[in-house]
Amino acid sequence: MSLLSYFQEFFSTKQKTAAVAKERLSLIIAHERSSNRAPDFLPALQQELIQVISKYVNVGADDIKVQLEKQDNCEILEVNITLPEQPR
Amino acid sequence: MARVIVVTSGKGGVGKTTSSASVSTGLALRGFKTAVIDFDVGLRNLDLIMGCERRVVYDLINVVNGEANLHQALIKDKHCENLFVLPASQTRDKDALTEEGVEKVLKELTHMGFEYVVCDSPAGIERGAVMALTFADEAIIVTNPEVSSVRDSDRILGILQSKSRRAIEGREPVREHLLVTRYSPKRVEDGEMLSYKDVQELLRIPLIGVIPESDDVLQASNQGLPAIHLKDSDVATAYLDVVARFLDEDRPLRFVNYEKPGLLKRLFGGK
Repeated sequence: MSLLSYFQEFFSTKQKTAAVAKERLSLIIAHERSSNRAPDFLPALQQELIQVISKYVNVGADDIKVQLEKQDNCEILEVNITLPEQPR
Repeated sequence: MARVIVVTSGKGGVGKTTSSASVSTGLALRGFKTAVIDFDVGLRNLDLIMGCERRVVYDLINVVNGEANLHQALIKDKHCENLFVLPASQTRDKDALTEEGVEKVLKELTHMGFEYVVCDSPAGIERGAVMALTFADEAIIVTNPEVSSVRDSDRILGILQSKSRRAIEGREPVREHLLVTRYSPKRVEDGEMLSYKDVQELLRIPLIGVIPESDDVLQASNQGLPAIHLKDSDVATAYLDVVARFLDEDRPLRFVNYEKPGLLKRLFGGK
């Protein structure tokens, strides 16, 4: 290694690759945990909810979001329904 | 029941078989009657690593199908009194492995007085890997400090937490242990490799040990000798520590800090 490149490395602000790896992994693992570890019934539940709710209100498939979150020992089933704006 | 330990990783080539061979040997050296089963049907290799490939007559599938009994299929290890190897079948396809069959084998091993059964999982998340972890009480997750291995380990942890009998029956969960292998303290110090702490932080399971990257592992497999037998080598010492920690003994981590080679070493070389 030449003296110049030594100094360049010493003063460079470039991130070390291990740090890059850790950052990428923490993102992808968090993402995959939330999608992979969801129980099998979630898509079916979402479908049925859409059917039931659309009987009464005009909602589309994208207006209902079903999510299961784990916090320590308890699981929280979160159902988010966006109702269409009512014309008055 | 005998305590069932699955050695798994998702990714291939990270050191599952090496670790299965050394951990089972370590348990047997401590006086526990131990069996180690190769679940990699079609691609068996545990027999080579254990050095018993020429003594294989019957295998796991023969026992599952009732074509041989366990006494005929189990191979007594040549280095260790209490250790027996049950090889995988080299010819049959993976569907030959059934849950009922594996359960029957584990029950019979218990009747024979085995205290520990180590299941060497195949890579991947297919049938063989799932069968290996189904009856696990403990899981050793072998992980290299490298992105694809860490991700696959996380995936296999998810499968363990959903498909193991303990999970399905809602019993106390499988005890998970992280084993980081092929670790290079120098590269970690240089910022080129994830540290064991990084890996542990990402996977969020307790650490059971760190095995340093070493030429000795190849030397051991060349001879069909589990690496834990290589007297005074770093790898053997690290595996002995792993077994001690598994048995709830307190051992400080070794071989995780980089020591700069001294002047003499730099001048005259040497490992």
